[in-house]
Amino acid sequence: MSAALAFLALVAAVAGWWLARHGIMAKPWLEPGLPAPVAPGSAFAEEAGPVRRAKAGLVVFLAVAGSLFALFVSAYLMRMGAADWWALPVPRILWINTGLLVVGSLGLHGAQVAARHGHPAVMRHGLLLGGAAALAFLLGQILAWHELLALGHGLAGNPAASFFYVLSGVHGLHVAGGLVALGRTMPRAWRDPGSARARVLVELCATYWHFLLLVWLVLFGLLAGWANDFAEICRQVLS
Amino acid sequence: MATTIHGHGPAETVPPAETADVELYHPHSWITRYVFSQDAKVIAIQYSLTAMAIGFVALFLSWLMRLQLAFPGALEFIDADAYYQYITMHGMIMVVYLLTALFLGGFGNYLIPLMLGARDMAFPYANMLSYWIYLLAVLVLVASFFTSDGPTGAGWTLYPPQAILPNTPGQDLGIVLMLVSLALFIIGFTMGGLNYVVTVLQGRARGMTLMRMPLTIWGIFTATVMALLAFPALFVGAVMMLFDRLLGTSFFMPAIVQMGEQLSYGGGSPILFQHLFWFFGHPEVYIVALPAFGIVSDLIATHARKNIFGYRMMVWAIVIIGALSFIVWAHHMYVSGMNPYFGFFFATTTLIIAVPTAIKVYNWVLTLWRGDIHFTPPMLFAIGFIVTFLNGGLTGMFLGNVVVDVPLSDTMFVVAHFHMVMGVAPILVIFGAIYHWYPKITGRMFNDLLAKLHFWVTFLGAYLIFFPMHYLGLLGIPRRYYEMGETAFVPASTVTLNEFITITALVVGAAQFLFLFNMFWSLRHGRPAGGNPWRATTLEWQTPQTPPAHGNWGRELPVVYRWAYDYSVPGAAEDFIPQNQPPSPTERREAAT
Amino acid sequence: MLIAAVLVLIVLGSLLFHFLSPWWWTPIASNWGYIDTTLIVTFWITGAVFTAVVLFVAYCLLRFRHQPGRRAAYEPENRRLELVLTVGTAVGVAAMLAPGLVVWAQFVQVPEDAAEVEVVGQQWQWSYRLPGEDGRLGRADTRLITPENPLGISPHDPSGQDDVIVEAADLHLPVDRPVKVVLRSVDVLHDFYVPEFRAKMDMIPGAVTYFWFTPTRTGTFEILCAELCGVGHAFMRGYVVVDTEQDYQAWLGQQTSFASLTGGAARADAAP
Repeated sequence: MSAALAFLALVAAVAGWWLARHGIMAKPWLEPGLPAPVAPGSAFAEEAGPVRRAKAGLVVFLAVAGSLFALFVSAYLMRMGAADWWALPVPRILWINTGLLVVGSLGLHGAQVAARHGHPAVMRHGLLLGGAAALAFLLGQILAWHELLALGHGLAGNPAASFFYVLSGVHGLHVAGGLVALGRTMPRAWRDPGSARARVLVELCATYWHFLLLVWLVLFGLLAGWANDFAEICRQVLS
Repeated sequence: MATTIHGHGPAETVPPAETADVELYHPHSWITRYVFSQDAKVIAIQYSLTAMAIGFVALFLSWLMRLQLAFPGALEFIDADAYYQYITMHGMIMVVYLLTALFLGGFGNYLIPLMLGARDMAFPYANMLSYWIYLLAVLVLVASFFTSDGPTGAGWTLYPPQAILPNTPGQDLGIVLMLVSLALFIIGFTMGGLNYVVTVLQGRARGMTLMRMPLTIWGIFTATVMALLAFPALFVGAVMMLFDRLLGTSFFMPAIVQMGEQLSYGGGSPILFQHLFWFFGHPEVYIVALPAFGIVSDLIATHARKNIFGYRMMVWAIVIIGALSFIVWAHHMYVSGMNPYFGFFFATTTLIIAVPTAIKVYNWVLTLWRGDIHFTPPMLFAIGFIVTFLNGGLTGMFLGNVVVDVPLSDTMFVVAHFHMVMGVAPILVIFGAIYHWYPKITGRMFNDLLAKLHFWVTFLGAYLIFFPMHYLGLLGIPRRYYEMGETAFVPASTVTLNEFITITALVVGAAQFLFLFNMFWSLRHGRPAGGNPWRATTLEWQTPQTPPAHGNWGRELPVVYRWAYDYSVPGAAEDFIPQNQPPSPTERREAAT
Repeated sequence: MLIAAVLVLIVLGSLLFHFLSPWWWTPIASNWGYIDTTLIVTFWITGAVFTAVVLFVAYCLLRFRHQPGRRAAYEPENRRLELVLTVGTAVGVAAMLAPGLVVWAQFVQVPEDAAEVEVVGQQWQWSYRLPGEDGRLGRADTRLITPENPLGISPHDPSGQDDVIVEAADLHLPVDRPVKVVLRSVDVLHDFYVPEFRAKMDMIPGAVTYFWFTPTRTGTFEILCAELCGVGHAFMRGYVVVDTEQDYQAWLGQQTSFASLTGGAARADAAP
């Protein structure tokens, strides 16, 4: 469970920092009246507005998704110690898929920058690029599955293959979910590209894309076996 | 017009809290008001009623189990299959579908916006979806009762390999429905949980600093954060077990010979599932306990007319308990065959967590000290909670201490312990909380006499059920036994004790119908309660209407000027000052010692 | 008022029940008396805390019940009191934990001279294997299980040939000699549990677990399964007989080895 614990330690550190900034040591009974602003980012309801809310919502969701993937990784690390495990060949198309995900991330990053600086045309292109790259990534993943199946690595049998299908599948579902969100962002970005709301939606999509790229890089590293030495250490520390 | 506001992307589900125009999101038909409502208060009631309905099913199952234990074979339809199905469904329903759903989906939804001075949750549309997915999860679970081989009988821990192999009831469809239902529950909960967290982070009224929040909110907030991080472990376990069961993978399944036949599994690790399960399962205990801690603090403060003692310690303890609860999970696995050296670490962390927990108990008790204690039903239930929680917490010192756990694990001692500490204790808080907030939710008072009767039977009965049960475990009677049969070391007198426990359980169960009756009868016949019958300080009692209307606060959001516990302030005219009352010019506070 | 009296009654009743009830642990038959001692220490500490806190609550309820004109004190916190209580609790917790960890250190360290005994669980019966004259158990694997080789002992491992197989019969152990119980399961989780020995451990298919103890008195003790293992869980019983040295040797002489069991397989097939 080392991966999950490491992730939670990170969450705990962020939470601790946040609580410390929000006056967790205060003696609230001594201070009736309206408080001075405690810290930037401690806005109350009417100051917060939908932007902060949506951003906070995404951050919390990413923490949940991060926990999910960290736990999958933990399970992977614990299971790979068993005798029936043998490494899986890495389908070459995974390299292309990784590249696609990077392109998608760059596209949305570009869209976000363009939206901030008021270039609607660039923003639209960035969104299209991000969406197309993600779609191509999903197709590529399916091709990778086909390739593995053709090589005789079915779902059951070698647990490394089982994990490959499950992990890439769960990641793919998250990408698909991202595409739905992007699909809902696009009409607004076309109709009303200058609005604050469009800008925020684009920003949220970009953040999510970066997150999925990061998760995929970790998973890819694990599935391709580069992390084996690291995994061995983790397993010995806490299996 | 913005009635089409319902859900197009995250930012479009306009969080009404900052919307000046209350008209904006009013529901316009009976369906959107009471069925597909996005009002957190309605969602809260939907959650609560569903949870209680399924909870009564679990209560009924516990009756059947107790009848079998006291009078083995007396009821012919309870065979071993049925018995294991009852214990499994009873456990899972009570822990997940009743306690978690009621504390977070029920109380969380009702109290977070009202206590923080928000109009509603941050993402009302997702909040509504959360309830409907929860309902679907419950229905899928219930559906397993109607399959040909019935619900799963794998025990609520669902340990593989047994859970998905023959010789366990419900192996065909029951276990699949259980796992699917859990996955749905987790997805639904995540939608709700995002709301609770973001509303606390971003939806507080002006002046509501973190340290002015009532402990109820602290408890629910921390529990929600924990649940969001811990439930994925159960999700991972459920998904992988579904693959093992349906698609022949071997995540958890080693080589197995069952009834002389080699199965096609191999290499998997049953203990991996146990780690995942308890990585969720132990935080789950506190996911239930922390909201109860928070709520009971507010009940005690309000009905003892005294500020909660050591508020800061209480907040810190909640946060510390929440964090520590993620590194104690393997104390459920001392005799699971994991590396025995882990026992040193997990016994130490487990007993360390007892310190902040004990501080909470002391502070509740010290709040009573020099208070002005009104023996209202909420207060009685809170006292009942202190006694049962203390008892269950102390028996946890046996089970957490690795070597003492060795003889006691998997015996009735464990059953008695966790029922006392996370069954009876939180449920007493739930009852106390329902009596406490009933006047706000319905605008009417419940019947006091019936409520007190309900308390006495429930509290004393539950104590009489579970206190003696520890000694059956000490004697060595294992849990999850369909019947003991003739066993040399078990004296015949245990039969009498089992009969006593069963009869008490029947009475306690029946008393819950008093509660139901009271709730429904008072809806119509209770006397009108007024806005603040308990003379409480927190914001939910200061709403312009009772029950609060959609949007909670009318035209203007409340502004918060003080912490949640200004009871019996020296020099004040009344013995409570609401949180939204500005300080008088002369009001000044001395630092207390 | 009433509730204060009831709380006092709960304390008195619980204490009376504890001291008077006939339900208490079985007389110990192993070396794990320290576990019992730690348990008793825990009972005293937790019992004292329970009594003190509940009686204090009862006192508060009586003394500070609402009466006309009463007003509660205003006391947000009291650092010294809280500090004293925290430290006191930590000391109490340490007093329970420390002996527990010391005993656990003994529990996880198997003595050098412990004799190995293998217990194999399957739905819903117990089988046993003793190491034979070479003192070593042969390798075993669930994959090798056949009707003739019910414990899956590797036929190619010479140290397995003299292993003594005990199927569907009682396990015998010599008194006062430490035993390392090696645990295997061939199907689902089980747990080898003899209340008189205090120790227990899960058996996991695909893995080998263990614990150790020394039987300290002769007699026949019932084995129960303590981990839910399917519908027959409650009926998965067996017996351990703790013998004197002579009785044990006499019993051991009557047992069959793995080699003779597989040698007799052909005859067993022919029998009806």
